[in-house]
Amino acid sequence: MNFLKISNVSKSFGGPPVVNDVSLEVSRGEFFALLGPSGCGKTTLLRMIAGFETPDSGTIAIDGEAMNNVPPHLRPTNMVFQSYAIFPHLNVFDNIAYGLRKLKLPEDALRAKVEAMLATVRLEGLGARAADQLSGGQRQRVALARALVREPKILLLDEPLGALDKRLREAMQVELRAIQRKVGITFLLVTHDQEEALSLSDRVAVMHQGRILQVADPRTLYERPNCREVADFIGEMNFFHATLREIAGASATVNAGLLGVITLPAINLAPGIKLDDHILLAIRPEHVRFAASGVAGDIAASTFLGERSHFHVRIAGRSEPVFVSGNALPIGAVHLDFPSEKLIGLPIAD
Amino acid sequence: MKNKSLLLYAFAYLAFLYVPVLVLPVFSFNDSQFIAFPLSGFTTRWYGALAGDSAMQHALGNSLKVGIVTALLSTMLGLAAARAVTRYRLRGAGAALGFISLPLFIPDIVLGLSLLMLLGAVGLPLSLAAVVMGHLLVCVPFALTVLIARFEGFDKNLEEASADLGEDGWMTFWRITAPLMLPGIIASLLLTFITSFDEFLVAFFLSGTEATLPIYIWGQLRFPERLPMVLALGAVILAMSVVLVICAEYVRNLGVKNRVVGA
Repeated sequence: MNFLKISNVSKSFGGPPVVNDVSLEVSRGEFFALLGPSGCGKTTLLRMIAGFETPDSGTIAIDGEAMNNVPPHLRPTNMVFQSYAIFPHLNVFDNIAYGLRKLKLPEDALRAKVEAMLATVRLEGLGARAADQLSGGQRQRVALARALVREPKILLLDEPLGALDKRLREAMQVELRAIQRKVGITFLLVTHDQEEALSLSDRVAVMHQGRILQVADPRTLYERPNCREVADFIGEMNFFHATLREIAGASATVNAGLLGVITLPAINLAPGIKLDDHILLAIRPEHVRFAASGVAGDIAASTFLGERSHFHVRIAGRSEPVFVSGNALPIGAVHLDFPSEKLIGLPIAD
Repeated sequence: MKNKSLLLYAFAYLAFLYVPVLVLPVFSFNDSQFIAFPLSGFTTRWYGALAGDSAMQHALGNSLKVGIVTALLSTMLGLAAARAVTRYRLRGAGAALGFISLPLFIPDIVLGLSLLMLLGAVGLPLSLAAVVMGHLLVCVPFALTVLIARFEGFDKNLEEASADLGEDGWMTFWRITAPLMLPGIIASLLLTFITSFDEFLVAFFLSGTEATLPIYIWGQLRFPERLPMVLALGAVILAMSVVLVICAEYVRNLGVKNRVVGA
């Protein structure tokens, strides 16, 4: 579990901390994502792992070795930069061979190694291509190959797909995952794109204002976020104020105001919630159902999205609409049903 | 119509710039002591006189020595300073840049005079080494300006990527920074060499008995009969400058297209 071990790392650039007391463990061979909005400290954390920034406090260890005093060029990590940082004066072959100089391989062994890597990233035959004659997707592959050919213990990827258009990005997501399975190297991905993080990673850490809010596999993160920020950042979520009234065995009873008194599974409550706490009840738009009876509302707006539609439903006593995702368009007044097993309870930050 | 007059203006402008310069080689081949039209026949004797003038050759040697040393030193200093201000978060970087550039705004005559007094005060002899030091003050700001522009022109991530791929600071400089900086380095070497080569005032104050070429030429102007030879000298320098610039451009293109090992 502790192939990469980050313990209580903090960093500031003269102002408030950019990374604030972060601890994290990543296992060998894992595809791990740091997810968060821009400015949340995820890139700074990545750069500290690569050695480009020094933590103000805390330690970083890779495979049991403390990294704090190891300069970037001696670390067992390699990075795919957001700008790709392809060396403009070298061709594709020399870019990929750049990090192999110290191995002092004979010419044909070097060539074989680079050619094999070219094949892995599907750039066969492009070795002689000049750096400025590559498309965005090809530059991305060269950056990946150049880092992977050194067989790092951890590959660091800084928003690697951010510069690509949507279709290419989706194709590269699939391929990135396939390459990671093939080479078996630990991948640490930094992204602000929640879809990318969820679709690629074994586990995701959600960062916000320099702190890690939750570390979990994508499904857990989506179905059981542990706080409002995570729920909000990943997908869409409806929130209702409520108070926890009773916990009896496996079920919990809450008074949810507009929604009435609801009994839901106790495991749907985030850890740390106590009796009589004021909490947020949260439910995803696709879990809210139109029903014959329930909470009365009016459809204020609807968006057709192809296989399903997105509705804004106004209900009495609430200023924000309830977001509902469904595939039939009811007309006029509707009733909403909130299945209790899909409701989750989140703490209200104080 | 408008285009035509603009074209005419462009030609007039070019003529204004270059005709005076062309007068130099023309009269250097003119078989007369007097610099006046009409031309009175072709001769190469002024060039012959040039070849036999050992004082001139000595001054030329001095200028080349001072120019080359100044160009190398100021480009090296400029590289270090330019890298520091563009690649690191330094406190006082702005102030340091200001102080480095200040000699550009001090009249050379003031600079020459103060350096002369300083050398006298600390008891150092007037020499070509003193001229080099004076020229460094004037040339480093030029080098710095050219090199900072070039440093800002390429992605800082390239150097980080090199470190990430296992190269230390020194190898990163040789494999990434230097090749990418090459056009800037060449431009800086040329600019500082030319600046030093034709600098007069500072050299005049500091050179002592060792004349540089501008000082020598200035001295020759007192003898009208030697003027055609000075013109011949000017023509040679002109030709050398053109060759130098062409070479520099060639090397620069080489630097851009250069692809090292591999297929």
